[in-house]
Amino acid sequence: MEQPSRPSRRPLGSLVLIAAVLGGSAAAFAYTGGWLSPERLSRERVVASLGPPGGPAPGHRRNHTKGICFTGSFEANGAGAALSRAPMLAAGSYPVIGRFNLASSVLAQPDGAARVRGLSLSITGPDGSEWRTGMLSAPVFPVSGVDAFYALQMAVRSKEPGAMQAFAAAHPEIAGFGGWAGSAPWTGSYAEESYNALNAFIFTDAEGRGHAVRWSVRPEAVPVPVPKEQIAAKPPDFLGDEIKARLAARPVRWRMTVTEAGPGDPVADPSKAWPEGRRTLEVGTLTVQAIQEEADGPCRDINYDPTVLPPGMRPSADPFPAARSSAYALSYERRAAEAAAYPRTAPGGRP
Amino acid sequence: MTAARFSPVQRLLHWLMAACILAMLFIGVGMVSTISPRYLALVSIHKPLGIAILLLALLRLGLRLRRGAPPLPAGLPAAMKLAAHLSHVALYGLMIAMPLLGWAMLSAEGYPIVLWQGLRLPPILPQDIGAYALLRQAHGLLGYAFFAVILAHLGAALFHALVRRDGVFAAMAPVAGRAEE
Ligand code: HEM
Ligand code: HEM
Repeated sequence: MEQPSRPSRRPLGSLVLIAAVLGGSAAAFAYTGGWLSPERLSRERVVASLGPPGGPAPGHRRNHTKGICFTGSFEANGAGAALSRAPMLAAGSYPVIGRFNLASSVLAQPDGAARVRGLSLSITGPDGSEWRTGMLSAPVFPVSGVDAFYALQMAVRSKEPGAMQAFAAAHPEIAGFGGWAGSAPWTGSYAEESYNALNAFIFTDAEGRGHAVRWSVRPEAVPVPVPKEQIAAKPPDFLGDEIKARLAARPVRWRMTVTEAGPGDPVADPSKAWPEGRRTLEVGTLTVQAIQEEADGPCRDINYDPTVLPPGMRPSADPFPAARSSAYALSYERRAAEAAAYPRTAPGGRP
Repeated sequence: MTAARFSPVQRLLHWLMAACILAMLFIGVGMVSTISPRYLALVSIHKPLGIAILLLALLRLGLRLRRGAPPLPAGLPAAMKLAAHLSHVALYGLMIAMPLLGWAMLSAEGYPIVLWQGLRLPPILPQDIGAYALLRQAHGLLGYAFFAVILAHLGAALFHALVRRDGVFAAMAPVAGRAEE
């Protein structure tokens, strides 16, 4: 069996070759991992850019940090089946774990100071597949690309005079969001807001046809405008307290709509609304039944990654869902590592 | 033919898996560094390919236990034999542990493990963010350890092939080399 060894008489060349192969492989690995190009926009830099001045709150989400959990259901009316074969769009009732939140990375953010409010949903279908979505009360996103999102964070936190003006000059798309933020009425309740997915996704129907869509939920409650000064003067947790009190009386509902893009509509740019009059289907009703404090609630340890989608839905050319998936994974990894800093308050709370 | 070689199936599995595992390591470090649309493309290869590696590794371990390996040359120093043995145990351990850790950590996150349109793996752990934190860290650290062991393995294989020329490389070479003619 033994092979006679014929050792190389002049091994130096071979050793140099071996060193070059190993060194080259290590360098290629380091390059792929981004360690040789710190100027690349990594998810670490994007997530770090969200950080409030005192640093992120350990154990908490790196953005939309303050929030409150809820449980409820989504009653699909079946109309959505025309656009997607997702199991939770077939007529039926499906369980929901959700989260009301503020679009801010400050844990102690007073409820009255957040211009944008968020609603996160995880809807589970009968086959166990999930549809996760994080939606905003704004009708458009401030920026059209991920680089611009990062630049916006830098400008907002910049101490340099004129940083925001310079940003707006370079990213005129922010005017759409700015117009809404400056003129839309504030409301005194999570239940009186519409929430919009903003990002576009592709729905696939039973025939295999794709449809570029965005979805929203519209409140059953009639929004009552409240002057900004009055909102600012409310107690710091008034939105959480209000929704608890409202739910004690009766469930709170929204109607979910799905809007299909027309030819040429900006699918890849969440800063641009699609024209009025696009085909819009009402696909069901979201009902919130109970509220739980986040520390012990079921939404706490969920990663509302918008690319967690059931069969019949997938990301589109919109670059944000991929960027969010990457950033939320890092945020989740960080807060998981720090979970001891955010203990549960109730013994035996759901993990 | 003078030297004993691994069986053709074993050699095929070796080189197929070498390519897959190297790809996985590069995909892994590449995807966690990016926030571009490539992230989703890479993750959607990472998960099914990782599970494929798990299945291939189990098949390969079975073959290795049944068919064994050609003996190392008698003249090989004991320290090198020990290093060879330990590194092979590490390689088998990692190619089974890494996919299991990936699967387990997503289970502990409560994150659906979709391999392909509509093909979803069941969770192998209940949702538990503390367990997730440990498993996620292990998946990352062992990933780097895996790459280091593979580099050592590659260096040793080339050393056998180019410097010692003792038939060890030929035993796993995809095609019979000159040493055996
Ligand atoms: C590249 C752009 C974005 C970045 C880097 C980013 C970053 C983040 C991060 C790090 C979190 C915390 C995730 C966690 O720990 O679970 C978060 C939460 C959230 N984001 Fe984004 N985000 C982006 C764009 C968007 C967009 C376009 C929307 C809405 C259309 C959105 C809506 C939300 C909502 C609703 C939450 C709360 C999720 C929850 O309740 O857990 N984000 N974001
Ligand atoms: C041979 C098998 C595998 C290898 C060599 C491997 C390797 C890697 C590496 C090197 C990383 C980057 C770690 C870091 O820098 O922190 C990674 C991340 C990851 N892997 Fe794997 N992996 C394997 C199998 C799997 C499997 C089977 C799954 C899931 C089913 C999986 C899911 C993940 C996830 C979710 C991440 C992190 C993504 C993120 O943080 O955005 N891996 N893997």
